[in-house]
Amino acid sequence: MNILVLLLPALPIVSGGALIILRRAGPAIGLLVASATVLLAIWAAIQRPAMTIELFAGFESGLAVDGLSAVMVVTVSVVALAVLVFAAGEIRESTGRFFGLMLIFMGAMLVTVTATDLVLLLMAWEVMGAMSYALIGFWWRERDRVRSGTIAFVTTRAGDMGLYLAAGCAIAGSHSLNLTGLTATSSPWLDLVAAGLVAAALGKSAQLPFSFWLSRAMAGPSPVSALLHSATMVAAGAYLLLRTQSVLVATGWAATVVAWVGALTALLLGAVAFAQRDLKQLLAASTCAQIGFMVLAAGVSAIAGGAAHLVAHAAVKSLLFLGAGAWLTALGTEHLPELQGAARRYPLVGVTFGVGALALAGLPPLSLWVTKDMVLAAVGDPALHAVALAAAVLSAAYAAKALIAVWSPEAARRDGARIRLLERLPLPLLALLAATLGIIGLLFGGWTRLLNAAGPLPGAGELAASGVLALAVVMLVIGVRLRRRAELEAGAFLAGWLGLEPLAVAVVWQPLMVVAKALARFDDAVIDGVVRAVSRGGMAMARFARSPFETGVDGVVRGTAAMAGRLGKLARKPQTGQVHTYLAQATVAVALLAIVIMLVR
Amino acid sequence: MLSLTVFLPLLAAALLAVPRLPACWIWVAAAAADLVLVVVMWLGYRGGIGYEERLRWIPSVGAGYHVGVDGLSLPLIALTAVLFLSCAIYSLTQAERPKSYAALFLFLQTVSTGLFAALDLLLFFVFFDLSIVGMYFVIVGWGHGDRARSALKFFLYTFLGSLALLLGFIGLYLGSDPRTFDIVDLTASPPEAGALVLLAVGIGLAVKTPTVPFHTWLPPAHTDAPAAGSAILAGILLKMGTYGFARIALPLLPGPWRQYAWVIIVVGVVSVLYGALVALAQQNIKRLIAYTSVNHMGYIVLALGAAGLAAGDVQARQLAVTGAVTQMVSHGLITGALFLLTGILWDRAHSYDLDRFGGIAASARTFTLMTAVAAFASLGLPGLSGFIAEFQIFAGVIGTGMTGAVVAGGLSIVGILITAALLLRLLQKAFLGPLGELRVSEAQPHEVASIAPLLVLSLVIGIVPGWLLDFIEPFSAALVTGVSR
Repeated sequence: MNILVLLLPALPIVSGGALIILRRAGPAIGLLVASATVLLAIWAAIQRPAMTIELFAGFESGLAVDGLSAVMVVTVSVVALAVLVFAAGEIRESTGRFFGLMLIFMGAMLVTVTATDLVLLLMAWEVMGAMSYALIGFWWRERDRVRSGTIAFVTTRAGDMGLYLAAGCAIAGSHSLNLTGLTATSSPWLDLVAAGLVAAALGKSAQLPFSFWLSRAMAGPSPVSALLHSATMVAAGAYLLLRTQSVLVATGWAATVVAWVGALTALLLGAVAFAQRDLKQLLAASTCAQIGFMVLAAGVSAIAGGAAHLVAHAAVKSLLFLGAGAWLTALGTEHLPELQGAARRYPLVGVTFGVGALALAGLPPLSLWVTKDMVLAAVGDPALHAVALAAAVLSAAYAAKALIAVWSPEAARRDGARIRLLERLPLPLLALLAATLGIIGLLFGGWTRLLNAAGPLPGAGELAASGVLALAVVMLVIGVRLRRRAELEAGAFLAGWLGLEPLAVAVVWQPLMVVAKALARFDDAVIDGVVRAVSRGGMAMARFARSPFETGVDGVVRGTAAMAGRLGKLARKPQTGQVHTYLAQATVAVALLAIVIMLVR
Repeated sequence: MLSLTVFLPLLAAALLAVPRLPACWIWVAAAAADLVLVVVMWLGYRGGIGYEERLRWIPSVGAGYHVGVDGLSLPLIALTAVLFLSCAIYSLTQAERPKSYAALFLFLQTVSTGLFAALDLLLFFVFFDLSIVGMYFVIVGWGHGDRARSALKFFLYTFLGSLALLLGFIGLYLGSDPRTFDIVDLTASPPEAGALVLLAVGIGLAVKTPTVPFHTWLPPAHTDAPAAGSAILAGILLKMGTYGFARIALPLLPGPWRQYAWVIIVVGVVSVLYGALVALAQQNIKRLIAYTSVNHMGYIVLALGAAGLAAGDVQARQLAVTGAVTQMVSHGLITGALFLLTGILWDRAHSYDLDRFGGIAASARTFTLMTAVAAFASLGLPGLSGFIAEFQIFAGVIGTGMTGAVVAGGLSIVGILITAALLLRLLQKAFLGPLGELRVSEAQPHEVASIAPLLVLSLVIGIVPGWLLDFIEPFSAALVTGVSR
């Protein structure tokens, strides 16, 4: 049965790759493969297969389905199927590419949640990032969408560097890349491993300070948002922290840091969500905030609560994004004021969206009400608890804001297209899951048993109090909103996602470009300049050798030759060929000779 | 069999002298036959030094014709065969003096294969120098732009490097007892040679690799070389430098290598970061890819430097060396593909200017798909060969457990973030988005047939690397044991 754990991700990845190249029957193959994957996932969740391979000499890698993985593989595959059904209705162009990328995306998430070691985890982790790049930039003719994809990929990869570091430190500390063995890592390495894991997880989960890439991720088609925001990608970070929670605890500091980052993200991004005037942006910020609760859960060792929140949130958020996507296609807008009456006009989408929004608000008896309280029950630190509670209040507020926007009666009837059957089909199922997941899990103690992880369960009093609080906040927001029909305006700071993207550009990107350009100039002017100077110096020496030196030496040679020539010329002069001249010369010579002999003697 | 593999291309080049034979097809057939021979050798290899041949050459100085293959050289010989076949297919439509072009490449193939098979320093040196000569004529004869100047710079610079190398080899010879140029004998009993010999050998190889600051011959040579020439230059000729480090510098000078391991690590890290940053600022696509080569070669130097950290964990150092060898193969495939792809740009638009292209995907889907895969492979995306190499290097270097190595590894990880940014910027500006000023038509079948197999190989290594790593790992183990002695 061990081949099952390989087959589960391989099926979508291989067929996705084939779809991208062959470009035939995208929706049909996509749905078929996604359905088969759901069956495989359920089977794997029951069978619990495991296999190990040795990718690098001496380091064991592997895939396995344990309690947490079982929950994850089923969630991932079911949500992916629901989203692909919707996409089969909505996506009309380049379906081969779209469904191919989505299948690989899903397959990569399946490997991520079943990997038992850092190598396979990291591989799937980064492939998922690359697929999200390609999906966010799906409409590649528009420069801004491609840019959004680039920003998303580069930002998450900045976090991913942490996983490379963690892998190296794990080898240094424990000679192993196994996830379960990480806790046994020796002292300084353990801290580095934890730091790396936390950086990677926060980047992937769009927690502070990385949150801005998730706003950018909205540039992709709605089904992409629905999958990316629910069961894959952002969920991967939360999953990793839940999976390695024992490492965080062992360091003594990482768990606290993670808990605070999660709680603060839930609070601040909750405020950001409330400030949005665009439905998809509101939902995106709320994703960061809700993932914040899961990260908080990992920080306070509430594995069961965190995982339950992840699963319930996956159902809720995919439902909400699909609803928003359906309206975007039908009405051509995601601007909140323009969505008035959208829910009344399309009642099925409206009702299911309403269920999702109320679940998001934490209203009893819907799913997130229970799961969020499972997380909150484990928070011991009062300050942390207060922050988390405030974040919970905010989630009720932004959910209510979205709800009113779509359910309030429309001022003037506008044109709208029909929403296709395939786009409506997955909504009721997801709404059912969004409504019931929490209570089922709570009633049968299912979450803790399934995950084999104990965690404090919220008491009846806590549950009732939080339910009442959520209800009160929702009523308040609705009341205020109905009385004064003006928008609840918030500062541009909140609406602009805390200015995180301009900050990252100003602090990281621009200095990097400045350094890069300066180095490029340095390279041309100095390093190559030296090389050019050497060659120029060589030429100068050559010229020197030629001009005074070679010319000088040569001058001596030439001079000697010229002298010889001149002497020759001189010697030629007497050779006139006339006898009387020769006689005269001989006479003079003999006379001279006679004089010399006489003088010498 | 090994000698046949080495000299088959040269024999085929002689065949080109027969008039009225189609030069391009002879070239393709010869390269394909050579690849078949390499595959047979691969399948028949049984560990140790395989297919060894030893002939007397210059016995008076202890130099012989000694060739053989092991876990380091066979992957590189295979890479050579694959990449030259790709270039042969890519050049099927070569119109300008196809005969001499084919002859020159076949000559280069013999030289490259010979170099990776050589087990004698003088033999190695002869092939090393001949490769420079061959590439000089490729650039000056079939290049574009300021080709004469670039080719001259390439020749003089790398030739100067090879002279330093020769000096180092003589130093090794003088330090050996009994005096010999034989690499196997010298590895078995390393010569008494000091830091100066390592410096000479190191500079000679660093110029060829190239590492910062000896790299400035590379961008002009690449920019002005023909596409196939660039592919061979980056894919094969650069490997001669890193191969030399792993074959000669490290095993023959274990003492000085250990002593100066930190210098080598620093050179590696600087090359990684400097290459990536300078590449980020480039507007010329070919220069950009040339600088990513400096970055990628830096990882290899870093890993081989870390192999010399005698106090570090043995298993981690082996991992780093395996990563370095994998990186040699991987970079050959990926950068070879990238340079052939830029050849398509030049062929269609006669420009490498990043700003003048845009939305190429609209008119050239397959071309864009191949470029995207090559770019993601180059930025080290898992599932492609670059990741397998770089992950092993990072994990191995950091895994040695020494503080300096952790810092070096951590800094070089930043390199993969910068390469990601710059390659995605390349895709974003030239291939996606609205249409640009220049038009690029779709890749033709022979172009796809030459480039796609390289990417498929990268994918195969990225997903199931076992068949390659099993080959390299015994070599890594031997190398690390040797340097630790």
